[in-house]
Amino acid sequence: MPLIQIHDLTRRYVMGTETVHALRGVTLTIERGEYIAIMGPSGSGKSTLMNLLGCLDSPTSGYYELNGVNVAHMDDNDLAEVRNREIGFVFQSFNLLARSDSLHNVELPLIYAGLPSAERREQAVRALTNVGLGDRMHHRPNELSGGQRQRVAVARALVNDPSIVLADEPTGNLDSRTGEEILGLFEALSRKGNTIIVVTHEEEVAQHARRIIRIRDGLIAADEVNPNPRAAMKFAAGGTSMVAA
Amino acid sequence: MTLLSEFKESAFIAWTALRANKLRAGLTTLGIVIGIVSVTLMGTAITGLNDAFRKSVGNIGADTLYIQRFSWMTSETDWRLSRNRKELTLQNVRDLDRLVTLCSAVSVDSGGNGTVSFGRRQARGVYVAGNDENSLTVRGLSLSQGRWLTAGDVQSGRPVCVLGSYLAERFFPGREAIGGKVKLNDMRLEVVGVLDKQGSAFGNDLDNQIVIPITRFNQDFSRWPDLTITAKVRDLSQVDDAREELRGIMRKLRRVPPDFPDDFAINSQEAIVTFFNAVGGTIAAVGLFISGLSLFVGGIGIMNIMFVSVAERTKEIGIRKAIGAKRRTILVQFLVEAATITLGAGILGILVAWPLTLVVDKFLAASMPWWLVAVALLVSVLTGVVSGFLPAWRAARMDPVDALRAD
Repeated sequence: MPLIQIHDLTRRYVMGTETVHALRGVTLTIERGEYIAIMGPSGSGKSTLMNLLGCLDSPTSGYYELNGVNVAHMDDNDLAEVRNREIGFVFQSFNLLARSDSLHNVELPLIYAGLPSAERREQAVRALTNVGLGDRMHHRPNELSGGQRQRVAVARALVNDPSIVLADEPTGNLDSRTGEEILGLFEALSRKGNTIIVVTHEEEVAQHARRIIRIRDGLIAADEVNPNPRAAMKFAAGGTSMVAA
Repeated sequence: MTLLSEFKESAFIAWTALRANKLRAGLTTLGIVIGIVSVTLMGTAITGLNDAFRKSVGNIGADTLYIQRFSWMTSETDWRLSRNRKELTLQNVRDLDRLVTLCSAVSVDSGGNGTVSFGRRQARGVYVAGNDENSLTVRGLSLSQGRWLTAGDVQSGRPVCVLGSYLAERFFPGREAIGGKVKLNDMRLEVVGVLDKQGSAFGNDLDNQIVIPITRFNQDFSRWPDLTITAKVRDLSQVDDAREELRGIMRKLRRVPPDFPDDFAINSQEAIVTFFNAVGGTIAAVGLFISGLSLFVGGIGIMNIMFVSVAERTKEIGIRKAIGAKRRTILVQFLVEAATITLGAGILGILVAWPLTLVVDKFLAASMPWWLVAVALLVSVLTGVVSGFLPAWRAARMDPVDALRAD
């Protein structure tokens, strides 16, 4: 059974008197363990597709099955639960809670999942250690570099062991070296079997994925296998592999 | 997510959010502090008033009925209708005492104010009681020296008197009062007894009184004798029966035709209590309403600041929702934040109101019982929850995509 099955998904926005057709009927299947880049210029509908894939938004029509569950017409609260369980978000602007330290930021999904605090702490510490931030657990976001912040975000995305890691322009706010680091982290996660979807408009970033889906005018323009994905700089810090097996 | 961990997380968020905006939270808190202080002070004043009243009423005794021409609770129109009523007579007293079965004693009790002097010492504004031989029991008084009025004193109107303890001490300090001759206005009276210390009831200092036979009272002291017949009920559980019995006898004695209303009234402390409760309840309601207004204004301040807080933290709400926070979680988060502000304000308000109560107590009976503290805290939490609800609801209903897009 595929992880994601989408059939003829559409999304329209009504803005005043105008109706914007952001997605005009997207059909897509994604298997477990894939590393996918979704590409497209701004206004192409790729953000809308990402919001739908991430269960942040509901489609106007169409079918979306995630991990065997039809999520197309779920209500707000059920979607929140699906997001909590199935999806780990990595955003361009990191989206960490400014007033909380790394540990608390990473713990947050587990708090909403209702885990007891001891278990929560243990898993959050492990996730942070895995991204090489074992020594930055009590730093707040403003005490961390951009790359470190994004690693906290990755740790937060992974802590719940989600079905998909959904990254929206994850390197957009990083310099190229740090961006490479994050992409290396994704590569390592992908090798471990995680499903990764990166939404980007940078060709260079997309070339790291093994499958590239191009969106244009609300439709899939191309969906092809990347014959030779670019290898990212090996992600390493302190001499140990950051993504422990 | 369990409710408990939800509250813990919410309390943590509230705390960090408040710490991040100390001045703002402080100023908002001030409104609630003022509200809680005024409500609490109003509460202490009301309880103080109630306590004082009850203490006062306790001195009259719950088992005493007062038969008079007028009801204590008459309106002016009632009074106009009833002012032509026949006066109560001493004969009424004697007949009642003879006929009544449910009362242990019936006596007469008239009162006025006069000046009492002994030698060159003088006391003005003394309560002058016209009593009979039964009044000692019925009024619940006790003697420290000498004797009470006898039936003979009353019948022949002998010039004798019983002094309240204050007067006795004033006129006969360290001396025998019995046998002393005092003057009430122009009447010369022989002291036959002295009362124990009694305290006061309804502003009447019972120790500053002089008791004379009712006959003498009617003859020489008061030109418009208005008798009050007092009856002591034998059994407290039969007050109502006793009242009915007295009423029946009185109607017969005064020859009231069957279809006519009573031309007298039977008053009791209970009536005062009922009246007071009605009046006191109104005063309390109005007072609490007015002081509650300031709390309401404070609540609006909280609502305002919570709207600002929600708007400022739109992004944070988006992040939390993306990560899996449900509507309820966000709702609880902001409600707890609002309630934390107001609870803090409530505690502060009580800390301010408590010493103020002690100051007020110097002039006016006021007390702050523990339940008032509990109510004040509960009210402050409720204020937070109520005024925080709309902003919290707005936050809870935010669309995650829109919220994430906010700066």
